[in-house]
Amino acid sequence: MTAMRRFLASGWLSAYAFVYVVFLYLPVIFLPIFSVNSAATPKFPLSGFTLKWYQDLPRNPALLEAAWNSLVVGVSAAMLSTVLGILAARSITRYRYPGRRAINGLIMAPLVLPEIIVAISMLLVILQLGLSLSLFTIVLGHVLICVPYSMTVLTAGFEGFDRSLEEASADLGESAFGTFRRVTLPMVAPAIISSLLVCFTISLDEFIIAFFLTGTEATLPIYIWGQLRFASKLPGVLALGTLLLAASFLLMTIAEVLRRRAARRTQNEGGLHA
Amino acid sequence: MTAAAEGSPSFGMMRARRNALLQSEPVQGLALISPTFLYALVLLVLPILVVVAHSFWTQNYLTIDRSFTLENYRAALTEPIYRDLLWRSLYISMMVSFFTVVLAYPIAYFISFHGGRHKSLWLFLITIPFWTSYLLRVMSWKVILGYNGVLNSGLLGLGIIDEPSTALLYNSSAVIITLTHAWAAFAILPIFVSLEKIDRTLIEAAKDLGDGPIRSFLRVTLPLSAPGVISAALIVMIPTVGDYVTPKLVGGKDGVMIANAIQAQFGKASNWPLGAALSVTTMLIVTLMAGATVVIIRAAQRLAR
Repeated sequence: MTAMRRFLASGWLSAYAFVYVVFLYLPVIFLPIFSVNSAATPKFPLSGFTLKWYQDLPRNPALLEAAWNSLVVGVSAAMLSTVLGILAARSITRYRYPGRRAINGLIMAPLVLPEIIVAISMLLVILQLGLSLSLFTIVLGHVLICVPYSMTVLTAGFEGFDRSLEEASADLGESAFGTFRRVTLPMVAPAIISSLLVCFTISLDEFIIAFFLTGTEATLPIYIWGQLRFASKLPGVLALGTLLLAASFLLMTIAEVLRRRAARRTQNEGGLHA
Repeated sequence: MTAAAEGSPSFGMMRARRNALLQSEPVQGLALISPTFLYALVLLVLPILVVVAHSFWTQNYLTIDRSFTLENYRAALTEPIYRDLLWRSLYISMMVSFFTVVLAYPIAYFISFHGGRHKSLWLFLITIPFWTSYLLRVMSWKVILGYNGVLNSGLLGLGIIDEPSTALLYNSSAVIITLTHAWAAFAILPIFVSLEKIDRTLIEAAKDLGDGPIRSFLRVTLPLSAPGVISAALIVMIPTVGDYVTPKLVGGKDGVMIANAIQAQFGKASNWPLGAALSVTTMLIVTLMAGATVVIIRAAQRLAR
Protein backbone atom coordinates (compact mmCIF):
# COMPACT_ATOMS: atom_id res chain seq x y z
CA MET A 1 0.00 0.00 0.00
CA THR A 2 2.71 2.47 0.98
CA ALA A 3 4.87 1.31 -1.91
CA MET A 4 1.94 1.85 -4.23
CA ARG A 5 1.33 5.29 -2.79
CA ARG A 6 4.99 6.22 -3.07
CA PHE A 7 5.04 5.10 -6.69
CA LEU A 8 1.97 7.21 -7.39
CA ALA A 9 3.51 10.24 -5.69
CA SER A 10 6.71 9.82 -7.64
CA GLY A 11 4.69 9.31 -10.84
CA TRP A 12 2.83 12.58 -10.31
CA LEU A 13 6.09 14.34 -9.58
CA SER A 14 7.75 12.92 -12.70
CA ALA A 15 4.83 14.04 -14.82
CA TYR A 16 5.00 17.49 -13.24
CA ALA A 17 8.77 17.63 -13.83
CA PHE A 18 8.18 16.79 -17.49
CA VAL A 19 5.53 19.49 -17.94
CA TYR A 20 7.73 21.99 -16.12
CA VAL A 21 10.73 21.33 -18.37
CA VAL A 22 8.45 21.78 -21.40
CA PHE A 23 7.27 25.10 -19.91
CA LEU A 24 10.92 26.14 -19.51
CA TYR A 25 12.02 25.22 -23.00
CA LEU A 26 8.92 25.89 -25.08
CA PRO A 27 9.18 29.70 -25.39
CA VAL A 28 12.86 29.47 -26.23
CA ILE A 29 12.20 26.86 -28.95
CA PHE A 30 9.86 29.18 -30.88
CA LEU A 31 12.77 31.44 -31.83
CA PRO A 32 14.59 28.84 -33.97
CA ILE A 33 11.29 27.52 -35.38
CA PHE A 34 10.14 30.90 -36.70
CA SER A 35 13.63 31.93 -37.79
CA VAL A 36 13.44 29.37 -40.63
CA ASN A 37 9.80 30.11 -41.46
CA SER A 38 9.24 31.99 -44.71
CA ALA A 39 6.38 34.19 -43.41
CA ALA A 40 7.25 37.63 -42.05
CA THR A 41 5.04 37.25 -38.95
CA PRO A 42 5.52 34.44 -36.45
CA LYS A 43 2.24 32.52 -36.50
CA PHE A 44 0.84 29.07 -37.14
CA PRO A 45 0.49 27.29 -39.48
CA LEU A 46 4.11 27.48 -40.68
CA SER A 47 4.33 28.66 -44.26
CA GLY A 48 7.54 27.08 -45.50
CA PHE A 49 11.20 26.50 -44.83
CA THR A 50 13.74 29.20 -45.69
CA LEU A 51 17.25 30.27 -44.74
CA LYS A 52 16.91 33.72 -46.25
CA TRP A 53 16.75 35.49 -42.86
CA TYR A 54 20.13 33.96 -42.01
CA GLN A 55 21.57 34.81 -45.41
CA ASP A 56 20.60 38.47 -44.91
CA LEU A 57 22.45 38.76 -41.60
CA PRO A 58 26.06 39.13 -42.86
CA ARG A 59 24.95 41.79 -45.36
CA ASN A 60 24.08 44.17 -42.56
CA PRO A 61 27.03 46.41 -41.53
CA ALA A 62 25.32 47.73 -38.37
CA LEU A 63 24.82 44.16 -37.19
CA LEU A 64 28.41 43.18 -37.91
CA GLU A 65 29.65 46.18 -35.99
CA ALA A 66 27.41 45.32 -33.03
CA ALA A 67 28.70 41.74 -33.11
CA TRP A 68 32.30 42.98 -33.05
CA ASN A 69 31.51 45.35 -30.17
CA SER A 70 29.89 42.51 -28.23
CA LEU A 71 32.95 40.36 -28.78
CA VAL A 72 35.32 43.10 -27.56
CA VAL A 73 33.17 43.88 -24.50
CA GLY A 74 32.60 40.19 -23.71
CA VAL A 75 36.26 39.20 -23.90
CA SER A 76 37.42 42.22 -21.84
CA ALA A 77 34.69 41.75 -19.21
CA ALA A 78 35.36 38.01 -18.96
CA MET A 79 39.10 38.45 -18.46
CA LEU A 80 38.84 41.32 -15.99
CA SER A 81 36.11 39.69 -13.89
CA THR A 82 37.88 36.35 -13.84
CA VAL A 83 41.10 37.98 -12.60
CA LEU A 84 39.15 39.79 -9.87
CA GLY A 85 37.23 36.57 -9.20
CA ILE A 86 40.42 34.51 -8.83
CA LEU A 87 41.88 36.96 -6.29
CA ALA A 88 38.69 37.11 -4.24
CA ALA A 89 37.85 33.39 -4.42
CA ARG A 90 41.39 32.47 -3.43
CA SER A 91 41.29 34.89 -0.50
CA ILE A 92 37.87 33.64 0.67
CA THR A 93 38.72 29.93 0.46
CA ARG A 94 42.32 30.08 1.71
CA TYR A 95 42.43 32.71 4.47
CA ARG A 96 40.48 33.51 7.64
CA TYR A 97 40.23 37.16 8.66
CA PRO A 98 37.76 39.60 10.24
CA GLY A 99 35.28 41.17 7.82
CA ARG A 100 35.57 38.25 5.41
CA ARG A 101 31.83 37.61 5.28
CA ALA A 102 30.94 41.29 4.92
CA ILE A 103 33.39 41.78 2.06
CA ASN A 104 32.11 38.63 0.37
CA GLY A 105 28.54 39.88 0.80
CA LEU A 106 29.40 43.20 -0.84
CA ILE A 107 31.11 41.53 -3.79
CA MET A 108 28.10 39.23 -4.28
CA ALA A 109 25.53 42.05 -3.87
CA PRO A 110 25.08 42.86 -7.59
CA LEU A 111 23.52 39.39 -7.91
CA VAL A 112 20.43 40.44 -5.92
CA LEU A 113 20.20 44.13 -6.81
CA PRO A 114 17.84 45.19 -9.59
CA GLU A 115 20.07 45.78 -12.60
CA ILE A 116 18.50 49.15 -13.25
CA ILE A 117 19.75 50.42 -9.87
CA VAL A 118 23.30 49.28 -10.71
CA ALA A 119 22.99 50.85 -14.16
CA ILE A 120 21.65 54.27 -13.18
CA SER A 121 23.99 54.67 -10.22
CA MET A 122 27.02 53.97 -12.40
CA LEU A 123 25.62 56.25 -15.08
CA LEU A 124 25.28 59.12 -12.57
CA VAL A 125 28.87 58.76 -11.36
CA ILE A 126 30.31 58.47 -14.87
CA LEU A 127 28.44 61.57 -16.04
CA GLN A 128 29.40 63.48 -12.87
CA LEU A 129 33.05 62.67 -13.41
CA GLY A 130 32.72 64.03 -16.94
CA LEU A 131 33.73 60.71 -18.51
CA SER A 132 32.19 59.88 -21.83
CA LEU A 133 30.10 56.76 -22.32
CA SER A 134 31.71 54.11 -24.49
CA LEU A 135 32.30 50.38 -24.77
CA PHE A 136 34.73 50.78 -21.88
CA THR A 137 31.98 51.97 -19.51
CA ILE A 138 29.90 48.92 -20.53
CA VAL A 139 32.86 46.70 -19.60
CA LEU A 140 33.07 48.38 -16.18
CA GLY A 141 29.40 47.61 -15.55
CA HIS A 142 29.58 44.06 -16.87
CA VAL A 143 32.57 43.25 -14.66
CA LEU A 144 30.56 44.33 -11.62
CA ILE A 145 27.73 41.88 -12.38
CA CYS A 146 30.02 39.09 -13.66
CA VAL A 147 32.30 38.92 -10.61
CA PRO A 148 29.64 37.24 -8.38
CA TYR A 149 29.16 34.45 -10.95
CA SER A 150 32.91 34.12 -11.42
CA MET A 151 33.29 33.89 -7.62
CA THR A 152 30.64 31.15 -7.41
CA VAL A 153 32.32 29.04 -10.08
CA LEU A 154 35.83 29.62 -8.70
CA THR A 155 35.13 29.12 -4.97
CA ALA A 156 33.55 25.78 -5.87
CA GLY A 157 36.72 24.95 -7.81
CA PHE A 158 39.05 26.15 -5.05
CA GLU A 159 37.16 24.66 -2.09
CA GLY A 160 37.79 20.98 -2.75
CA PHE A 161 41.43 21.81 -3.23
CA ASP A 162 43.82 19.92 -0.94
CA ARG A 163 46.00 22.48 0.81
CA SER A 164 48.64 19.90 1.73
CA LEU A 165 49.71 19.85 -1.93
CA GLU A 166 50.65 23.50 -1.73
CA GLU A 167 52.34 23.00 1.64
CA ALA A 168 54.34 20.12 0.17
CA SER A 169 55.41 22.38 -2.68
CA ALA A 170 56.44 25.13 -0.27
CA ASP A 171 58.33 22.63 1.91
CA LEU A 172 60.20 21.46 -1.15
CA GLY A 173 61.44 25.03 -1.62
CA GLU A 174 59.04 26.42 -4.16
CA SER A 175 58.29 30.15 -3.83
CA ALA A 176 54.71 31.33 -3.30
CA PHE A 177 54.43 32.37 -6.94
CA GLY A 178 56.07 29.16 -8.15
CA THR A 179 53.65 27.10 -6.08
CA PHE A 180 50.73 29.00 -7.50
CA ARG A 181 51.95 28.63 -11.07
CA ARG A 182 53.07 25.01 -10.92
CA VAL A 183 50.69 23.44 -8.38
CA THR A 184 47.60 25.57 -7.85
CA LEU A 185 47.01 26.84 -11.38
CA PRO A 186 47.00 23.46 -13.17
CA MET A 187 44.49 22.16 -10.62
CA VAL A 188 42.09 25.07 -10.94
CA ALA A 189 42.54 25.72 -14.67
CA PRO A 190 39.19 24.12 -15.62
CA ALA A 191 37.37 26.31 -13.07
CA ILE A 192 39.11 29.40 -14.48
CA ILE A 193 38.16 28.57 -18.07
CA SER A 194 34.63 27.82 -16.88
CA SER A 195 34.51 31.26 -15.20
CA LEU A 196 35.75 32.94 -18.41
CA LEU A 197 33.01 31.25 -20.44
CA VAL A 198 30.26 32.06 -17.93
CA CYS A 199 31.30 35.73 -17.76
CA PHE A 200 31.57 36.01 -21.53
CA THR A 201 28.07 34.55 -21.93
CA ILE A 202 26.59 36.91 -19.33
CA SER A 203 28.21 39.92 -21.00
CA LEU A 204 27.14 38.75 -24.47
CA ASP A 205 23.48 38.54 -23.39
CA GLU A 206 23.33 41.48 -20.97
CA PHE A 207 21.07 44.32 -22.02
CA ILE A 208 20.11 46.80 -19.27
CA ILE A 209 23.58 47.90 -18.17
CA ALA A 210 24.82 48.09 -21.75
CA PHE A 211 21.70 50.09 -22.69
CA PHE A 212 22.36 52.72 -20.01
CA LEU A 213 26.14 52.86 -20.18
CA THR A 214 26.69 52.87 -23.91
CA GLY A 215 27.58 55.95 -25.92
CA THR A 216 26.89 55.63 -29.62
CA GLU A 217 28.18 52.09 -30.08
CA ALA A 218 25.71 49.21 -29.86
CA THR A 219 26.26 45.67 -28.60
CA LEU A 220 24.14 42.84 -30.01
CA PRO A 221 21.33 43.07 -27.40
CA ILE A 222 21.13 46.85 -27.94
CA TYR A 223 21.01 46.27 -31.69
CA ILE A 224 18.19 43.73 -31.22
CA TRP A 225 16.32 46.16 -28.97
CA GLY A 226 16.49 48.81 -31.70
CA GLN A 227 15.17 46.36 -34.32
CA LEU A 228 12.22 45.24 -32.19
CA ARG A 229 10.40 48.49 -32.98
CA PHE A 230 10.01 47.45 -36.62
CA ALA A 231 7.65 44.52 -37.17
CA SER A 232 9.19 43.86 -40.60
CA LYS A 233 12.62 43.29 -39.01
CA LEU A 234 11.33 40.54 -36.71
CA PRO A 235 12.40 37.48 -38.78
CA GLY A 236 15.96 38.82 -38.97
CA VAL A 237 15.95 39.40 -35.21
CA LEU A 238 14.68 35.84 -34.70
CA ALA A 239 17.53 34.49 -36.83
CA LEU A 240 20.10 36.57 -34.94
CA GLY A 241 18.50 35.52 -31.64
CA THR A 242 18.74 31.87 -32.64
CA LEU A 243 22.46 32.24 -33.33
CA LEU A 244 22.94 33.94 -29.94
CA LEU A 245 20.96 31.18 -28.22
CA ALA A 246 23.10 28.53 -29.90
CA ALA A 247 26.28 30.35 -28.85
CA SER A 248 25.10 30.65 -25.22
CA PHE A 249 24.03 26.98 -25.11
CA LEU A 250 27.37 25.85 -26.46
CA LEU A 251 29.47 28.04 -24.17
CA MET A 252 27.49 27.06 -21.07
CA THR A 253 27.68 23.36 -21.88
CA ILE A 254 31.47 23.57 -22.23
CA ALA A 255 31.63 25.58 -18.98
CA GLU A 256 29.55 22.94 -17.16
CA VAL A 257 31.67 20.05 -18.44
CA LEU A 258 34.83 21.87 -17.34
CA ARG A 259 33.34 22.75 -13.96
CA ARG A 260 32.55 19.10 -13.31
CA ARG A 261 36.00 18.05 -14.41
CA ALA A 262 37.49 20.63 -12.03
CA ALA A 263 35.38 19.31 -9.16
CA ARG A 264 36.37 15.72 -9.92
CA ARG A 265 40.05 16.61 -10.23
CA THR A 266 40.35 18.41 -6.90
CA GLN A 267 38.34 15.69 -5.15
CA ASN A 268 40.40 12.85 -6.59
CA GLU A 269 43.67 14.52 -5.64
CA GLY A 270 42.34 15.17 -2.14
CA GLY A 271 41.30 11.53 -1.88
CA LEU A 272 44.77 10.30 -2.79
CA HIS A 273 46.34 12.26 0.02
CA ALA A 274 43.77 11.57 2.70
CA MET B 1 62.74 36.45 -9.66
CA THR B 2 65.05 34.00 -11.48
CA ALA B 3 64.47 30.31 -11.96
CA ALA B 4 67.64 29.50 -10.01
CA ALA B 5 66.51 31.47 -6.96
CA GLU B 6 63.13 29.79 -7.15
CA GLY B 7 64.72 26.37 -7.15
CA SER B 8 67.14 27.06 -4.28
CA PRO B 9 65.81 25.49 -1.05
CA SER B 10 67.64 27.77 1.39
CA PHE B 11 66.43 30.90 -0.38
CA GLY B 12 62.89 29.53 -0.43
CA MET B 13 62.96 28.79 3.30
CA MET B 14 64.32 32.24 4.07
CA ARG B 15 61.52 33.73 2.04
CA ALA B 16 58.97 31.55 3.77
CA ARG B 17 60.22 32.64 7.21
CA ARG B 18 60.24 36.31 6.25
CA ASN B 19 56.72 35.96 4.84
CA ALA B 20 55.57 34.36 8.06
CA LEU B 21 56.93 37.27 10.05
CA LEU B 22 55.81 40.12 7.82
CA GLN B 23 52.53 38.79 6.62
CA SER B 24 50.06 37.25 8.98
CA GLU B 25 47.12 35.31 7.56
CA PRO B 26 44.60 38.19 7.86
CA VAL B 27 46.94 40.65 6.12
CA GLN B 28 47.57 38.26 3.24
CA GLY B 29 43.90 37.44 2.87
CA LEU B 30 42.87 41.09 2.88
CA ALA B 31 45.63 42.06 0.47
CA LEU B 32 44.49 39.36 -1.92
CA ILE B 33 40.83 40.36 -1.87
CA SER B 34 41.45 44.12 -1.89
CA PRO B 35 41.36 44.67 -5.70
CA THR B 36 37.95 43.01 -6.00
CA PHE B 37 36.72 44.70 -2.82
CA LEU B 38 37.87 48.12 -4.03
CA TYR B 39 36.24 47.53 -7.39
CA ALA B 40 32.90 46.86 -5.72
CA LEU B 41 33.42 49.81 -3.38
CA VAL B 42 34.20 52.31 -6.16
CA LEU B 43 31.72 51.05 -8.75
CA LEU B 44 28.84 49.94 -6.53
CA VAL B 45 28.87 51.52 -3.07
CA LEU B 46 30.10 54.95 -4.14
CA PRO B 47 27.60 55.19 -7.03
CA ILE B 48 24.73 54.17 -4.74
CA LEU B 49 25.78 56.88 -2.27
CA VAL B 50 25.82 59.37 -5.14
CA VAL B 51 22.27 58.29 -6.05
CA VAL B 52 21.14 58.76 -2.44
CA ALA B 53 22.75 62.22 -2.39
CA HIS B 54 21.04 63.20 -5.65
CA SER B 55 17.68 62.17 -4.26
CA PHE B 56 17.92 65.08 -1.79
CA TRP B 57 18.89 67.66 -4.44
CA THR B 58 16.97 69.40 -7.22
CA GLN B 59 17.66 70.04 -10.87
CA ASN B 60 17.28 73.33 -12.74
CA TYR B 61 17.62 72.49 -16.41
CA LEU B 62 21.22 71.36 -16.61
CA THR B 63 22.55 72.39 -13.20
CA ILE B 64 22.06 70.49 -9.98
CA ASP B 65 20.99 72.59 -6.97
CA ARG B 66 22.66 70.97 -3.95
CA SER B 67 20.49 72.40 -1.20
CA PHE B 68 18.77 69.70 0.86
CA THR B 69 15.14 68.98 0.05
CA LEU B 70 12.61 66.19 0.53
CA GLU B 71 10.54 67.39 -2.41
CA ASN B 72 11.58 64.44 -4.63
CA TYR B 73 10.40 61.95 -2.03
CA ARG B 74 7.13 63.82 -1.65
CA ALA B 75 6.66 63.52 -5.43
CA ALA B 76 7.69 59.86 -5.47
CA LEU B 77 5.27 58.90 -2.70
CA THR B 78 2.27 61.11 -3.33
CA GLU B 79 2.04 61.87 -7.06
CA PRO B 80 -0.57 59.37 -8.30
CA ILE B 81 1.46 58.24 -11.31
CA TYR B 82 4.54 57.26 -9.30
CA ARG B 83 2.52 55.87 -6.41
CA ASP B 84 0.54 53.64 -8.79
CA LEU B 85 3.67 52.47 -10.61
CA LEU B 86 5.35 51.69 -7.32
CA TRP B 87 2.38 49.67 -6.05
CA ARG B 88 2.07 47.82 -9.33
CA SER B 89 5.78 46.98 -9.34
CA LEU B 90 5.57 45.67 -5.79
CA TYR B 91 2.41 43.69 -6.60
CA ILE B 92 3.99 42.18 -9.71
CA SER B 93 7.24 41.26 -7.98
CA MET B 94 5.29 39.69 -5.08
CA MET B 95 3.09 37.63 -7.43
CA VAL B 96 6.11 36.57 -9.49
CA SER B 97 8.07 35.46 -6.46
CA PHE B 98 5.02 33.59 -5.10
CA PHE B 99 4.40 31.74 -8.36
CA THR B 100 8.06 30.94 -9.04
CA VAL B 101 8.49 29.49 -5.55
CA VAL B 102 5.25 27.47 -5.65
CA LEU B 103 6.01 26.12 -9.13
CA ALA B 104 9.68 25.50 -8.36
CA TYR B 105 9.24 23.65 -5.06
CA PRO B 106 7.91 20.35 -6.51
CA ILE B 107 10.72 20.31 -9.08
CA ALA B 108 13.39 20.93 -6.47
CA TYR B 109 11.73 18.21 -4.33
CA PHE B 110 11.60 15.82 -7.26
CA ILE B 111 15.28 16.32 -8.11
CA SER B 112 16.40 16.08 -4.49
CA PHE B 113 14.31 13.01 -3.51
CA HIS B 114 13.77 11.18 -6.80
CA GLY B 115 16.64 12.50 -8.92
CA GLY B 116 18.84 9.50 -8.09
CA ARG B 117 22.09 9.44 -10.05
CA HIS B 118 20.91 12.12 -12.46
CA LYS B 119 20.62 15.00 -10.00
CA SER B 120 23.27 17.18 -11.61
CA LEU B 121 21.96 16.39 -15.10
CA TRP B 122 18.48 17.54 -14.03
CA LEU B 123 19.90 20.74 -12.54
CA PHE B 124 21.85 21.40 -15.72
CA LEU B 125 18.75 20.76 -17.86
CA ILE B 126 16.76 23.23 -15.79
CA THR B 127 19.35 25.98 -15.61
CA ILE B 128 20.51 26.00 -19.23
CA PRO B 129 17.59 28.02 -20.68
CA PHE B 130 18.49 30.74 -18.19
CA TRP B 131 21.91 31.28 -19.61
CA THR B 132 20.31 32.43 -22.82
CA SER B 133 19.61 36.09 -23.34
CA TYR B 134 16.93 37.49 -21.07
CA LEU B 135 15.94 39.91 -23.83
CA LEU B 136 15.37 37.00 -26.21
CA ARG B 137 13.29 35.06 -23.71
CA VAL B 138 11.04 38.07 -23.15
CA MET B 139 10.84 38.49 -26.91
CA SER B 140 9.73 34.89 -27.36
CA TRP B 141 6.84 35.49 -24.94
CA LYS B 142 5.84 38.42 -27.09
CA VAL B 143 5.85 36.06 -30.07
CA ILE B 144 3.68 33.59 -28.13
CA LEU B 145 1.14 35.99 -26.63
CA GLY B 146 0.83 38.51 -29.49
CA TYR B 147 -2.35 39.28 -31.48
CA ASN B 148 -0.91 37.39 -34.45
CA GLY B 149 1.11 35.21 -32.12
CA VAL B 150 1.62 31.51 -31.56
CA LEU B 151 -1.12 31.05 -28.98
CA ASN B 152 -3.77 32.99 -30.89
CA SER B 153 -3.00 31.42 -34.25
CA GLY B 154 -2.79 27.98 -32.65
CA LEU B 155 -6.14 28.35 -30.88
CA LEU B 156 -7.71 29.74 -34.06
CA GLY B 157 -6.37 26.84 -36.07
CA LEU B 158 -7.82 24.37 -33.59
CA GLY B 159 -11.17 26.13 -33.77
CA ILE B 160 -11.23 26.93 -30.05
CA ILE B 161 -11.60 30.69 -30.60
CA ASP B 162 -13.14 32.58 -33.52
CA GLU B 163 -10.96 35.67 -33.50
CA PRO B 164 -7.55 36.48 -31.98
CA SER B 165 -7.73 37.51 -28.34
CA THR B 166 -6.19 40.82 -27.36
CA ALA B 167 -6.34 39.90 -23.67
CA LEU B 168 -3.11 37.90 -23.73
CA LEU B 169 -0.53 40.60 -24.34
CA TYR B 170 0.04 44.12 -22.99
CA ASN B 171 -1.20 43.79 -19.42
CA SER B 172 0.25 42.98 -16.02
CA SER B 173 -0.64 39.25 -16.32
CA ALA B 174 1.61 39.02 -19.38
CA VAL B 175 4.37 40.63 -17.30
CA ILE B 176 3.79 38.17 -14.43
CA ILE B 177 3.82 35.13 -16.75
CA THR B 178 6.98 36.25 -18.52
CA LEU B 179 8.85 37.06 -15.32
CA THR B 180 7.73 33.82 -13.64
CA HIS B 181 9.24 31.93 -16.55
CA ALA B 182 12.38 34.10 -16.62
CA TRP B 183 13.23 33.60 -12.93
CA ALA B 184 12.27 29.93 -12.46
CA ALA B 185 15.80 28.57 -12.19
CA PHE B 186 16.78 31.11 -9.55
CA ALA B 187 14.02 29.75 -7.30
CA ILE B 188 14.79 26.07 -7.93
CA LEU B 189 18.46 26.19 -6.91
CA PRO B 190 18.18 27.56 -3.33
CA ILE B 191 15.21 25.27 -2.56
CA PHE B 192 17.11 22.29 -3.93
CA VAL B 193 20.16 23.11 -1.80
CA SER B 194 18.11 23.33 1.40
CA LEU B 195 16.25 20.08 0.59
CA GLU B 196 19.59 18.35 0.06
CA LYS B 197 20.70 19.41 3.53
CA ILE B 198 17.74 17.73 5.26
CA ASP B 199 18.73 14.66 7.27
CA ARG B 200 16.68 11.87 5.66
CA THR B 201 16.52 9.91 8.93
CA LEU B 202 14.26 12.65 10.36
CA ILE B 203 11.66 11.89 7.69
CA GLU B 204 12.04 8.17 8.37
CA ALA B 205 11.55 8.86 12.07
CA ALA B 206 8.36 10.84 11.41
CA LYS B 207 7.02 7.94 9.33
CA ASP B 208 7.99 5.38 11.98
CA LEU B 209 6.12 7.46 14.54
CA GLY B 210 2.99 7.17 12.45
CA ASP B 211 2.96 10.25 10.26
CA GLY B 212 1.69 9.63 6.74
CA PRO B 213 3.65 10.94 3.75
CA ILE B 214 1.69 14.18 3.62
CA ARG B 215 1.90 14.86 7.37
CA SER B 216 5.60 14.09 7.48
CA PHE B 217 6.13 16.38 4.50
CA LEU B 218 4.18 19.23 6.11
CA ARG B 219 5.74 18.80 9.56
CA VAL B 220 9.32 17.82 8.72
CA THR B 221 10.41 18.43 5.13
CA LEU B 222 8.61 21.70 4.46
CA PRO B 223 9.63 23.51 7.68
CA LEU B 224 13.24 22.33 7.32
CA SER B 225 13.41 23.64 3.76
CA ALA B 226 12.13 27.08 4.84
CA PRO B 227 15.57 28.74 4.51
CA GLY B 228 15.67 27.71 0.84
CA VAL B 229 12.13 28.98 0.31
CA ILE B 230 13.11 32.31 1.91
CA SER B 231 16.18 32.81 -0.25
CA ALA B 232 14.28 31.73 -3.36
CA ALA B 233 11.52 34.25 -2.63
CA LEU B 234 14.01 37.08 -2.03
CA ILE B 235 16.30 36.30 -4.95
CA VAL B 236 13.28 36.62 -7.24
CA MET B 237 11.39 39.43 -5.50
CA ILE B 238 14.15 42.04 -5.19
CA PRO B 239 15.47 42.06 -8.77
CA THR B 240 12.05 41.75 -10.46
CA VAL B 241 10.71 44.90 -8.79
CA GLY B 242 13.13 46.91 -10.95
CA ASP B 243 12.58 45.07 -14.19
CA TYR B 244 12.65 47.26 -17.29
CA VAL B 245 12.61 44.99 -20.35
CA THR B 246 9.56 42.85 -19.62
CA PRO B 247 7.07 45.68 -18.92
CA LYS B 248 8.41 47.56 -21.93
CA LEU B 249 8.01 44.61 -24.32
CA VAL B 250 4.93 42.75 -23.07
CA GLY B 251 3.39 45.10 -20.48
CA GLY B 252 1.75 47.73 -22.65
CA LYS B 253 0.04 50.63 -20.88
CA ASP B 254 -1.30 48.55 -17.99
CA GLY B 255 1.97 46.77 -17.33
CA VAL B 256 4.33 49.75 -16.96
CA MET B 257 6.54 49.42 -13.92
CA ILE B 258 8.63 51.79 -11.82
CA ALA B 259 11.86 51.07 -13.72
CA ASN B 260 10.30 52.55 -16.85
CA ALA B 261 9.59 55.77 -14.91
CA ILE B 262 13.11 55.79 -13.48
CA GLN B 263 14.59 55.37 -16.95
CA ALA B 264 12.43 58.25 -18.23
CA GLN B 265 13.84 60.55 -15.53
CA PHE B 266 17.38 59.74 -16.65
CA GLY B 267 16.43 59.98 -20.32
CA LYS B 268 13.68 62.10 -21.84
CA ALA B 269 12.36 63.84 -18.72
CA SER B 270 15.93 64.46 -17.53
CA ASN B 271 15.20 64.92 -13.84
CA TRP B 272 18.03 63.00 -12.19
CA PRO B 273 17.10 63.84 -8.59
CA LEU B 274 13.54 62.59 -9.04
CA GLY B 275 14.87 59.44 -10.75
CA ALA B 276 17.25 58.96 -7.83
CA ALA B 277 14.45 59.40 -5.28
CA LEU B 278 12.27 56.89 -7.15
CA SER B 279 15.18 54.39 -7.13
CA VAL B 280 15.86 54.84 -3.41
CA THR B 281 12.16 54.60 -2.53
CA THR B 282 11.78 51.43 -4.59
CA MET B 283 14.79 49.83 -2.91
CA LEU B 284 13.61 50.77 0.59
CA ILE B 285 10.08 49.49 0.07
CA VAL B 286 11.20 46.24 -1.54
CA THR B 287 13.60 45.73 1.36
CA LEU B 288 10.70 46.15 3.79
CA MET B 289 8.60 43.73 1.75
CA ALA B 290 11.46 41.24 1.69
CA GLY B 291 11.80 41.58 5.49
CA ALA B 292 8.07 40.99 5.93
CA THR B 293 8.28 37.88 3.73
CA VAL B 294 11.08 36.48 5.88
CA VAL B 295 9.06 37.10 9.07
CA ILE B 296 5.91 35.50 7.60
CA ILE B 297 7.71 32.38 6.33
CA ARG B 298 9.56 31.96 9.65
CA ALA B 299 6.27 32.28 11.56
CA ALA B 300 4.64 29.70 9.29
CA GLN B 301 7.61 27.42 9.84
CA ARG B 302 7.21 27.65 13.62
CA LEU B 303 3.45 27.01 13.39
CA ALA B 304 3.98 23.93 11.25
CA ARG B 305 6.15 22.34 13.89
